[in-house]
Amino acid sequence: MNEFSWSRKDLLGIAELSAAEIGLILDTAESFREVATRPIKKVPTLRGKTVINLFFEASTRTRSSFEIAEKRLSADGLNFSSASSALVKGESLIDTALNLQAMAPDLIVIRHGHPGVPHMLARRVAAGVINAGDGAHEHPTQALLDAFTIRQAKGRIEGLRVAIIGDIEHSRVVRSNIHLLHKMGAQVVVAGPYTMMPAEIEALGVEVAHNLDDALRDADVVMMLRIQLERQGKSLIPSVKEYFNLFGLSRDRLKLAKDDVVVMHPGPMNRGVEIASDVADGPQSVILEQVSNGVAVRMAVLYLLSGVRGGEE
Amino acid sequence: MTSLIRGGRIVDPSQDLDGVQDLMMEDGAVVAIGESLEIPDDCEVFDAAGMVVSPGLIDIHVHLREPGHEYKETVASGTRAAASGGFTAVACMANTLPVNDCRSVTEHILREAENHGRARVYPIGSVSRGMEGKSLSAIGDMVAAGAVAISDDGLPVSNSELMRRALLYTRHYGIRVIQHAEDLDLSGDGVMHEGQWSTRLGLPGIPGSAEDVMVARDLILAADTLGKYHVAHLSTARSLQLVREAKARGLDVTCEVTPHHLLLTDEEVSKSGFSTDCKMKPPLRSVADRDALIEGLIDGTIDAIASDHAPHHPDEKDESFSCAPFGIVGLETTLSLCLDRLVRPGILSLSRLVDLLSWGPARALGLPGGTLAVGSLADVSVFDLDATLTIDRHTFVSRSRNTPFAGWQLQGRAVATFLGGEQVEAI
Repeated sequence: MNEFSWSRKDLLGIAELSAAEIGLILDTAESFREVATRPIKKVPTLRGKTVINLFFEASTRTRSSFEIAEKRLSADGLNFSSASSALVKGESLIDTALNLQAMAPDLIVIRHGHPGVPHMLARRVAAGVINAGDGAHEHPTQALLDAFTIRQAKGRIEGLRVAIIGDIEHSRVVRSNIHLLHKMGAQVVVAGPYTMMPAEIEALGVEVAHNLDDALRDADVVMMLRIQLERQGKSLIPSVKEYFNLFGLSRDRLKLAKDDVVVMHPGPMNRGVEIASDVADGPQSVILEQVSNGVAVRMAVLYLLSGVRGGEE
Repeated sequence: MTSLIRGGRIVDPSQDLDGVQDLMMEDGAVVAIGESLEIPDDCEVFDAAGMVVSPGLIDIHVHLREPGHEYKETVASGTRAAASGGFTAVACMANTLPVNDCRSVTEHILREAENHGRARVYPIGSVSRGMEGKSLSAIGDMVAAGAVAISDDGLPVSNSELMRRALLYTRHYGIRVIQHAEDLDLSGDGVMHEGQWSTRLGLPGIPGSAEDVMVARDLILAADTLGKYHVAHLSTARSLQLVREAKARGLDVTCEVTPHHLLLTDEEVSKSGFSTDCKMKPPLRSVADRDALIEGLIDGTIDAIASDHAPHHPDEKDESFSCAPFGIVGLETTLSLCLDRLVRPGILSLSRLVDLLSWGPARALGLPGGTLAVGSLADVSVFDLDATLTIDRHTFVSRSRNTPFAGWQLQGRAVATFLGGEQVEAI
């Protein structure tokens, strides 16, 4: 597969991608990574293309990453965030979408708290739509940058054992990663408090470990997830302290994993809650590489999608 | 006035009848069934050769939205939709604005039905005043005005003591308490069935237990009170088993299921790409639940198929899956869906389906009709098992369009309905 065979208008999730498509995005990202090392970090690839960053949920990392990717590709980026968007004025989602479409953007990057909103948008607009996170559903560019980082650290994805620890139920990162890692031939084990484990997760082909130690044992990669004590006013765990005792990643416990294990975190991190500082800042951590790679991966996605035009509806 | 439906295949499970005969009606009642009945002078004749003639179909769970939400549906439009779908009677839920919790609202609905209705309308009063779950509505007054049951449908009766009181008090009137069985704490902010598909889609789930714990609680209360209890839109295997056991113990318990819970599962939310026409309460359940419900139809645990016709304006449904209101319409699709997907493949006999859509619901709520026995109400449905159709939401006579069945190609459809012996005007 090469860039000319890329045929998707949108990137809505990993679930619908083939291994070849994932491979193409990662390979393309590889070629963009070098741009960050130049004294003038800019290529003219997307000059004249308009990209709208539509963020209905607070985001620092992902939005900045997309913005930098757009600037490095010379695209014209425009930011809408929920505080300034028409949604607070009572405009329906559909009207917002149609209004944006009327401005003829080439691509729309959207983050929304509700699953399926990017899909709904993609059906209504001719612009390519990139899902930057929809509720607890998918966060495809995060999984792609994670895969890129794993490939960089390990040289491969196939055959690795990847442990994902934390609030599995509310994490879009987990879902996209499970799909991606399976498609690329890795094995996934998840662990977390049972109050944060979604129903029938085994149906997605993952192994569910009963405790952190079982999950860590022989892991090649450990991904820690951000923990929020409360969701919708419900306390899913009694306290931060209890959480760290049960599922927090300390240096001692990390010894259960393979010697060359790498530790990842999609951010934002709660030091001392899900991960000890000496692990987060330790030699096995690739957390900041994830952030750097995020820019290259998003450049690749923007580039590939900008070549495809059309609307489904 | 005399009229005759000639030469149709009369299917009437209340009399164990299935054969080609004529049906004679006079002054609103059935007067004769027989082969080659003599046609008197001034008799209107409807030729039903090749068609099925059944007791008028009754949908005991619809939302007519009047008063208060006329932009979604009215008594006039809803009963037209009923007639179009082969139904001669509907029981309408109390979650209107204002709530049907007193005589004046019940009377308003019945007056609209009298003036504009194309099907009989049986109002269901609310259990609690304003559906607030606190004090009992004016139940006796509403029954005197024509209410046939009480329900806070749309919301459950969460307070156990109130449910107990409702089951006790309704014994004076012999009417049923219809429960929308849902533990609101367990369903929480859920928008679809909790299972692998909610997990895949990242949508908050409504566990089956949200329904089951409520049904279990209510059955305990029904046993203690000797009350008459009905489970609306039952959707899980375990609730069905609870009802099955309660019936075996002799409790006066009935239940209904919807066509969508019989024909669709939670996977549909994914297949449809988050279509809000797959969002309703209770949610589309698992394959195992669906299979159990089919079993319940066959073994007689389920008393009725009811649509839970819940019209919503397209603008309201054109939202994110999380934000859109719960509910879909069903009056114009129920009969064809059941004929094509349950009877045609041989899952149900035609007679059993007619039972579930007429005699069963009539008995559950103690309504007139549901039978063509001589002397009974001359409400009749005529349908053609061979006619085909493609469900097209734009041709609905309902004011709303929210169906997950758009585009389905079906065989079997309503041809005509008769109310009190008179053919209901074609739409």
